Amino acid sequence: MVGTFPLLSVQPTRGLVDEKIQVVVRNLPSALSVTLHSLHRSEDKDLWEAFGHYTSDGQGTVTVAKDASLGGTYEGAEPMGLLWSMQPVPGSRTGLRLRKMDVFTPMVVHISVYSGHMTEGFSKQSPLATVVTERWYMAPGVCRIDIREHGVRGTLFLPPGPGPFPGVLDMWGGGGGLVEYRSGLLASHGFVSMALEYLSHDKNRTSDIESKTYFEKAFRIVKEHPLVMKDRVALFGLSFGASVALNLAAYSKDISPRCCVCISGSHVYPVNKSIPDVIMKMSEHGYKTRFDEDGHVVWRDIILPIPTDLGEKVDMGRIKCPLMLVVGEDDQNWATVESAKDIAQMMRAAGNEHLLTILQYPDAGHLIEPPYTPHFRASNFIVPQTRQKVIMLWGGYTKPHAVAQEDCWERSLSFLRQHLYPSPDSVPKAKL
Amino acid sequence: MNSVPVLTVKPWRALFDEKFHVVVGNLPPTQEVTLHSLHQSEDTDYWEAFGHYVSDAQGRVTVAKHESFGGTYEGVDPMGLLASMRPIPGSRTGLRFRIKEVHTPMVVHISVYRGHLSQGFREQLALASVVTERWCMAPGVRRVDITEGGVTGTLFLPPGPGPFPGVLDMWGGGGGLVEYRSALLASHGFAAMALMYLFPDAQKAATIGFHYIENAFRLLQDHPLVASDKIALLGTSFGASVALSLAVFSETVKPICCVCISGSHVLTLKANQSIAESFKVMKEHVHKSRMDENNCIIWRDTLLPIPEDSDLKVDVGRITCPLLLVVGQDDTNWAAVESADDMTQMMERAGNSHLLTTLSYPGAGHLIEPPYGPHCRACTFVLQPGQQRVVVLWGGLTKPHAVAQEDSWEKILDFLQEHLCHSVKPHVQSRL
Repeated sequence: MVGTFPLLSVQPTRGLVDEKIQVVVRNLPSALSVTLHSLHRSEDKDLWEAFGHYTSDGQGTVTVAKDASLGGTYEGAEPMGLLWSMQPVPGSRTGLRLRKMDVFTPMVVHISVYSGHMTEGFSKQSPLATVVTERWYMAPGVCRIDIREHGVRGTLFLPPGPGPFPGVLDMWGGGGGLVEYRSGLLASHGFVSMALEYLSHDKNRTSDIESKTYFEKAFRIVKEHPLVMKDRVALFGLSFGASVALNLAAYSKDISPRCCVCISGSHVYPVNKSIPDVIMKMSEHGYKTRFDEDGHVVWRDIILPIPTDLGEKVDMGRIKCPLMLVVGEDDQNWATVESAKDIAQMMRAAGNEHLLTILQYPDAGHLIEPPYTPHFRASNFIVPQTRQKVIMLWGGYTKPHAVAQEDCWERSLSFLRQHLYPSPDSVPKAKL
Repeated sequence: MNSVPVLTVKPWRALFDEKFHVVVGNLPPTQEVTLHSLHQSEDTDYWEAFGHYVSDAQGRVTVAKHESFGGTYEGVDPMGLLASMRPIPGSRTGLRFRIKEVHTPMVVHISVYRGHLSQGFREQLALASVVTERWCMAPGVRRVDITEGGVTGTLFLPPGPGPFPGVLDMWGGGGGLVEYRSALLASHGFAAMALMYLFPDAQKAATIGFHYIENAFRLLQDHPLVASDKIALLGTSFGASVALSLAVFSETVKPICCVCISGSHVLTLKANQSIAESFKVMKEHVHKSRMDENNCIIWRDTLLPIPEDSDLKVDVGRITCPLLLVVGQDDTNWAAVESADDMTQMMERAGNSHLLTTLSYPGAGHLIEPPYGPHCRACTFVLQPGQQRVVVLWGGLTKPHAVAQEDSWEKILDFLQEHLCHSVKPHVQSRL
């Protein structure tokens, strides 16, 4: 290899988190075994990595988008495998979950090419070449605004430009806190999006969130923002946030979402109760918690069997807007597949099934998030009401979960555009 | 409800020399719109470009495929919104677009307006507006101030373990330290050092000469991350003359290849000569300066006629490394075309013309720089030493000059890669 310089390139060098990358190595000897490796240091200072084994072709080139990885953390022709198959490096703390809390800075990923087919010891060997790529949750010009109004706590993201824009109220799950990155991405796609905190890690705060009025106030903040088209606001929820969304869409007089995206959520949810009461009711079923062979907590059965009593689940016949439900078939945290089936039945019986779209992904788990971020089958979780630290089993297997994340995000954006962006004519147009 | 156009730029964050894709969607069909770009320079001047389009039957404008019917550029021109930028009406005269700060990107606002506008963009509300960034440094590129051994410069290193092939980068008679081209070269895998060799202080300037340049070359060679036997010279204008002089006259410094942009072999820097002494030749011929109808200085004739005597020019018949010459046929500053012709003849007579490649661009001026920055046909120039400001005619017309910049940069990178990186037969690869 003396005298040659492997030419490693990644494009784009700075991309949004949901954009694909092209990784190419040139100027290798032909038929050389190499390993392509990615490395990321998280905000929590943990190291995550992925790698694939390749053989250079007759021109001495490896093109990740087209060539098959022969092994590593992913196999086959996987353009984005170096990102979605990342896992904590050997020796890391257990139960890790990769989340970006500071949306102003990008995720920085080092991509390297090593000689030979390696599976460990990357930090001890010098690579042939390294490049760096940045993955951003915010496009340039997106504006981030802290919202602390009328007791509502959230973060609003505005796209650049004069607007007006459609709006999204973005709600995460039972882990609580204020998770901003999905809203940052939605704003990068032309939606005003507010990430809402409704389950605080601060015990004293959750008691503020008494009832539906908190969410109604939050929805109104988005709707009445000068840059928002007031009749084009959607609800977007994951997990517990999805259940909240269904409840609001069905019962709130003040909230009329234009459409809803509900990921890994269930309609099994004591209706018209405050959040603390809902959580308390759920914990009454805590005895149904199981543990897998690793001692990880499985909450899947808690809402099973799906109740027939309408006081215990949202009356889906009351939904008046298009609804996209996303479920992972290997969801070990919430019985979302059974819920989706029951929802479909309820809506069929009520005559509003035409509003429903279900995306169901084989072998995907509970945490279906924006694409190209790593999957973890289980991770550390603090149970909100007891502050107990457990390892929660979310489910899913890496590759099918990555497929689900990519497809779900694309379909969600398409669904939001279709229903929220007024088009100049009534003819359906090609996806942007 | 009126439709809300959706404007996207891919990638949002690009390298300065990367193409971007501007698309407007969700317009009414056959709608007249203006695409507009706006940039506020480091000197706080505003630059803009615009193109007049008509949306297609699907309500889209795709800049890479659709024709601009007028504005600052016409026809199908994917990069016209950057390459045809010029100072907005009412700006100071004689502006030249320069990038001095390489750590932060060039920020460009791209907007779409209703109708075909040619002015008054500030007074009108855009339909949509987004922000895109143009970076000179890829992530991971390191910038190092060089002050040792009496040499002043800035070194840019690619990410990774190295070693890297090196480039000694010399700009022209304007003096100072222009870093952005070296930053871009490092983003393409070269250890590039931008060298300051023209100093405003006359006393210092008297001490800087041939040996200073040799020292700079050796300093680059000796850097632990630079492959000492793989260094090229890159020079523009007077920097090109310096590069040719070094390549031919130096006993100790052996570049692997040379790239000379808008340069001439008629200006020589001999061993033991200072830069100031080299410049004396120019002063002797300054009476040949002309002025155009706008009182802009044309220096083209100062080097003409090309002398017959090879002692009065760099004897390129003695060059032993591949040489790439880049000239603009509308260069009104330097007789680069005549010089290139003469160099060709000298090398043919000497039998080394197989080393020579000449890129000659119709309609291009003197300042052939990395692509997609605005072109200036005439602008203020500060003479070194002494700091006198004049307005110089550089030549070139916007569109052919942009073509020259894009094409020459791609070929320069290929040429550097071919001679510095490949030890096997090079293959053709598309870059930009």
